[in-house]
Amino acid sequence: MSKYVKRFGMLAVLAAAMTLPASAADYPDRPVSLMVAYSPGGATDFQARIVTMVAANEEYLGQPIVIINRPGAGGKVGWNKFASGARKDGYELAAYNVPHFIAQSIKFKTKYNVENLEPIANWGADPAVFVVNRDSPFNTMKDVQDFAKANPGKLTVSGAGLFVGHHIAYLQIEKALDGKLKYVPHKGGAPALKSVLGGQVMAGVNNLSDAYRSRDSLKILGIADVQRNEEFLPDVPTLKELGFDVDDSSVNFRGVMVRKGTPPEVIDMLAAKVPEMFKNKRVAKQMKAGGSPVRVMTRDQVKAMWAKREAFLKQLLAGL
Amino acid sequence: MEFLQHFGPVFTLTSMAILCGGTIGGLLLGATPGLSPTMAVALLIPFTFHMTPIHGLMLLGAAYTATVAGGAISAILLKIPGAPANIATALDGNAMAKKGEGARALQICFISSFIGGVLGILVLIFLTPVLAKWALGFGPSHLFWIAILGVTIIGSLDSKSVIKGLLAGAVGLWIAMIGYDSIQGVERFIFSEHLEGGVHIIAALIGLFAIPQIIEMLEGGRTNRQYEIVKVQPHSIVKAISETFSKMRAAVIGSVVGIIVGLIPGAGGQIAGLVSYDQARRFSPNRDKFGTGESEGVVAAETANNAMVGPSLVPLLTLSVPGSPTAAVLLGGLLIHGIFPGPNLFVEHADVAWAFINSLLIGQVLMLVFGLYIAGLAAHVVRIPPPILASGILVLSVFGAYSVQSSYSDVVVMLVLGLGMYFLSKYGFSPAPLVLGIILGPIAESNYVQGSIIAEAGDGLFSYFFTGTLNLFLITLVVASIVYSVVSEIRIRRLEPRPGVAS
Repeated sequence: MSKYVKRFGMLAVLAAAMTLPASAADYPDRPVSLMVAYSPGGATDFQARIVTMVAANEEYLGQPIVIINRPGAGGKVGWNKFASGARKDGYELAAYNVPHFIAQSIKFKTKYNVENLEPIANWGADPAVFVVNRDSPFNTMKDVQDFAKANPGKLTVSGAGLFVGHHIAYLQIEKALDGKLKYVPHKGGAPALKSVLGGQVMAGVNNLSDAYRSRDSLKILGIADVQRNEEFLPDVPTLKELGFDVDDSSVNFRGVMVRKGTPPEVIDMLAAKVPEMFKNKRVAKQMKAGGSPVRVMTRDQVKAMWAKREAFLKQLLAGL
Repeated sequence: MEFLQHFGPVFTLTSMAILCGGTIGGLLLGATPGLSPTMAVALLIPFTFHMTPIHGLMLLGAAYTATVAGGAISAILLKIPGAPANIATALDGNAMAKKGEGARALQICFISSFIGGVLGILVLIFLTPVLAKWALGFGPSHLFWIAILGVTIIGSLDSKSVIKGLLAGAVGLWIAMIGYDSIQGVERFIFSEHLEGGVHIIAALIGLFAIPQIIEMLEGGRTNRQYEIVKVQPHSIVKAISETFSKMRAAVIGSVVGIIVGLIPGAGGQIAGLVSYDQARRFSPNRDKFGTGESEGVVAAETANNAMVGPSLVPLLTLSVPGSPTAAVLLGGLLIHGIFPGPNLFVEHADVAWAFINSLLIGQVLMLVFGLYIAGLAAHVVRIPPPILASGILVLSVFGAYSVQSSYSDVVVMLVLGLGMYFLSKYGFSPAPLVLGIILGPIAESNYVQGSIIAEAGDGLFSYFFTGTLNLFLITLVVASIVYSVVSEIRIRRLEPRPGVAS
């Protein structure tokens, strides 16, 4: 009996040794899945669908990418499953949202962190903006600062949940204003924006893309980024220009990653082809039409960005 | 009357084909447990990539309309609501189907859906600018009171005993707390990795309604001792129309409740059917027959469900703020085609916007036509031998629970809840109040938490939750609802001798 087991075992090892390099060379020979940790129809989901729609073209993967949604708990459910159970052969990709997943891995007991995931490429960057209702007495960030200093803890600011981009921008803004504000977490960006439009809160931190669509009912006072957004809001100053020490740490980066342990040949192949796919003309046109700011970054750039964010967030969230 | 000028693109061959396809597909998707309107619309969005914006949105509009109505098919025939919105429909609709009146119940259901749906879309067409601002005025304190108003009807919903109804509701509220809480991100009651994402309402809905049914169907064993052939009575459509119109009170209550609940962002349109069912019962002289196959209950529930569709799009189309999960998914569908909802929608993309709204209107008509056609055929479902039917439902239930989030955990949760419900139902508990608890729990809780944070910055908890005209009005409704329940409970206890313990 044991002889057979041994023989079978050896055969299996041989077979594995023979197929592994072959499969990495043929990669991908069947459709690839991309896990999105948010519900269908949300910004991450529909952007992921747009940027992967040309994957089957010969010059890119030659195989379609299928979107699989695993929503829940602000992305924790999907990413936990991905980091602990996804295959490491390159056929299961996932979309990341920075700073969300990094902040969660610092604040909560998650199965994922910067160490056990490998970035492939970045497709978009949606900075946070500081908004108030069109009828608000605040016209500039200076007005906001004056009110906050005169009325500590009275200025309510909505945003999507805790330890997401909006919250991080809020923390930076609060520090830079040198006053005390009141953060009101919501279930997502849309309800948070709704409460600014409906006058339930006095101000809000929200996505540039969503605020841009509602710009007729809002005043967009500043962008939490290092540069202005020339494409959508060329006239809105960055908070930095206005003299507040807020950088791009809260910018919501979206891109593609795989699990650590994926064969290097597969990672290299993806890292070479995926950014090209994101730059495709049709993709760019659809993203622009949907009001989604594009920022294509290569694997090395994303790696550096992840490391920088993690260091910053560890410091920022240490006191909370 | 601008919308009349834009009917042109709706009445082309391609558009009509898309609308018919969307409606038939929507009815079938809606009837499948687990494929809620939100799911169905989300599934269809990738198909619209390759269509023109007008055609893509027509498909989504028709599918949205039809899935909302389609959920009633399984609710009536199998007592398994296709979506949470159809729970109230199941209460009386299924009782009718069990008597062999499935065709009548379905016909009345689709006619009521049509009435509610058309009224809701007319509100969307004519009152959008007026109502959009009003709808946004609802803040956390108001939504909290609306959720509490929902809690007050839990006790009297589909239970013989108020105590059991309240107990089931409390269990539902507890189940809703499992998982990470949506505001603070804190873990609660996560004993197993399957519970990490919380209990999804659709998985719970399927488990609580379908699994006990399946077990009961199989209880008879191979001998089919309990299996009796239900004679399906054909029913004429003309009679169904006149019957529906004779229930005008229920139809009006349903439409008004559906329109109001639909307009308020975040109120969870899912409760529209239940609230309207409850109100219709209170105002009906036949209130004691509710739950035993009273068609008025079906009319109230289905007008409300469908009246919600149009108004739920008001905040989305005018202010780009999605007020419901389905509206949020539709927003994605609009953006993909480069159409930005908002104040300029009807200026910049008037053709697309009106074609979409008109397709919703035509979708209602098609839904009525195909629905009435299906009604005659589908009523025969009750004649399928229970063991075969049970295995079919089981397959659909597992598929439905899995498909919501492509998650095996949801299937496990669905089966466990279903088994628990089977034993509870032996003791006279009903799944409807439990599901209502699961729906209302998060609305009440998250709005209370948000409200209390805002109140801290303002004048304190009391003044935030208890002052203001809208708050006081809602509190009055809550008090009235409780007083009514107590009074009618006392009245029933006086009139009826205490039922024997053995019953």
